[in-house]
Amino acid sequence: MENLFGLAIAFVAIFSGLMVVLHRNPMVNLVSLIINLASAAIFFLLLGGQFIAAIQVIVYAGAIMVLFVFVIMLLNLRRELDPPKGGRIQKILYLPAALALAAGLVYAALGPRIALPAPPPPGPDFGSVERVGELLFTDHLFAFEFVSLLLVVAMVGAVVLAKRRLD
Amino acid sequence: MSGVWIEAGVKVAVLMGLLLTGAAYLTWVERKVSGFIQARIGPNRVGPLGLLQPLADGLKGFFKEDITPKYAYRPLFLLAPALAFVPSLAVFAVIPFGDRLPILGRVISLRVADPNIGILFVFALASMQVYGVAFAGWSSNNKYALMGGLRASAQMISYELAMGFSVVGVLMITGSLRLSEIVFHQQGLFHWNLFIQPIGFVIFLVAGFAEANRLPFDLPEAETELVAGYHTEYSSMKFAMFPLSEYFHMMAISALTVILFFGGWQVPGLRAAGLAPLAVSILELAAMGLKMGFFLFLFIWVRWTLPRFRYDHLMTMGWKILLPLSLVNVFWSGIGILMGWF
Amino acid sequence: MEINPNFCLSISLILFTIGTAGVLLRRSIIVILMSIELMLNAVNLTFAAFSAQLRSMDGQIFVFFVMAVAAAEAVVGLAILIALFRLRGETDADGMNRLRW
Repeated sequence: MENLFGLAIAFVAIFSGLMVVLHRNPMVNLVSLIINLASAAIFFLLLGGQFIAAIQVIVYAGAIMVLFVFVIMLLNLRRELDPPKGGRIQKILYLPAALALAAGLVYAALGPRIALPAPPPPGPDFGSVERVGELLFTDHLFAFEFVSLLLVVAMVGAVVLAKRRLD
Repeated sequence: MSGVWIEAGVKVAVLMGLLLTGAAYLTWVERKVSGFIQARIGPNRVGPLGLLQPLADGLKGFFKEDITPKYAYRPLFLLAPALAFVPSLAVFAVIPFGDRLPILGRVISLRVADPNIGILFVFALASMQVYGVAFAGWSSNNKYALMGGLRASAQMISYELAMGFSVVGVLMITGSLRLSEIVFHQQGLFHWNLFIQPIGFVIFLVAGFAEANRLPFDLPEAETELVAGYHTEYSSMKFAMFPLSEYFHMMAISALTVILFFGGWQVPGLRAAGLAPLAVSILELAAMGLKMGFFLFLFIWVRWTLPRFRYDHLMTMGWKILLPLSLVNVFWSGIGILMGWF
Repeated sequence: MEINPNFCLSISLILFTIGTAGVLLRRSIIVILMSIELMLNAVNLTFAAFSAQLRSMDGQIFVFFVMAVAAAEAVVGLAILIALFRLRGETDADGMNRLRW
């Protein structure tokens, strides 16, 4: 039952991932990406990360993807107008290159194993909001504050880049 | 094990039935109240007091011709109503309507689920709802629909931020995201978050109106400018799903307002009155319904009281007034907690 | 309900490969950005799987940070895309081959 559920979600994730890359309509790419992110959120839930699953849907699928929706709607990108002109070599080589990368990753995964000590069973609060918050504001405080700086810089940069004329 | 599943199934079935009838009759209430406010009668032809009107409307919706425009992008055009409808219904999975109901020899907790992430689940579904509107607007291949879709998604995104921040104060005071714990934290009239977080309450309610695309913020479907906004090209039940999801939205926001700021199902002093547990839980359910009903009435009341905002005013209010105000509210709550006021 | 972290790792591997292929194959900048998001998401899945395997919350904290970085990246990337679209009227990566206009 559980394995079947996991397999179904995996199928959805992979199929939607393929659609992101292969379909020619940008809006379909985007919808597939949203489905892919949502299925990843389900994987997070199954892996015991309640908080990151919620954040995945709110921030990733709900906020970042809306930016893409806006850009597609504003630029009115119905479809890619003409097939790629020069890039023949990419059409031939993209698959071998990606497969080589996959092979490298599989090789690394099958490489020498490090014996890990058996982990203790997870506590009831594993992945809960309280634990994540506690860690964010103690062990990872510096990185957390730095991320806020990064977001401010990105925000200012985006406004400067996208504004027609700064006055 | 199977008993738990049956109980959950029954709860979901009862909740769905109540919600669907509730939404249908909310249309009747809206038309009656609108009639009252405008000194006219409202629906009175189908059944006594027009009570069968929702049924007639539903039948009409089913039998209307279902048109897909020739140049619409069909897959997304079909997907969009479902994307708007399903999340607005799924929100109710985490909303607690009462504490416990001792009935038929079992004690049933009156909520479908009570996850650790509670209110984040609500916001996650609310952020999914943007897509229904945006895709409906884009896939119709109609300029009015596109404008409506753009407006709606921009509006929902902007007010989602203010809404999220307005709740942070409540969460800080409660120390939990579980909706049931937020309710239990507000025992006694003067512990209601309304009195502790008045600014948060106002921001939440205003943002709620904008999230539900209700007047005075119904720009996405402003019929005087945009025909009918993002659902211009929809017909039959596909069209009906958009207003229905709007009604679910209104109910969800009313329920959340009650839970976050008005003590949820609790009635001050009821537990101490020494009634039978069954009577207490039924009275509490009724209290929850009454409090929700007040906010639903408020939605309709405001509709006929305030004129529609202009689009730039709406955006200015969301980003330059409500968002900074909600940040100030978070700061103030922090000070309050430090000083031990709450 | 539990799931085997190894299973998630293999899903993550497949998704990462798909994302790489997308970046290499597609010429539309917006789809390239989407493929990058796909890859980042695959990495997130890896972090979550290791977090579950090692019973350590640090992996989930990393997911949080990766999301913040992804948000910043998407915002700036899309802003550049809009600026380029204003300049050139297309979103084709092959068209962006000049240093000045």
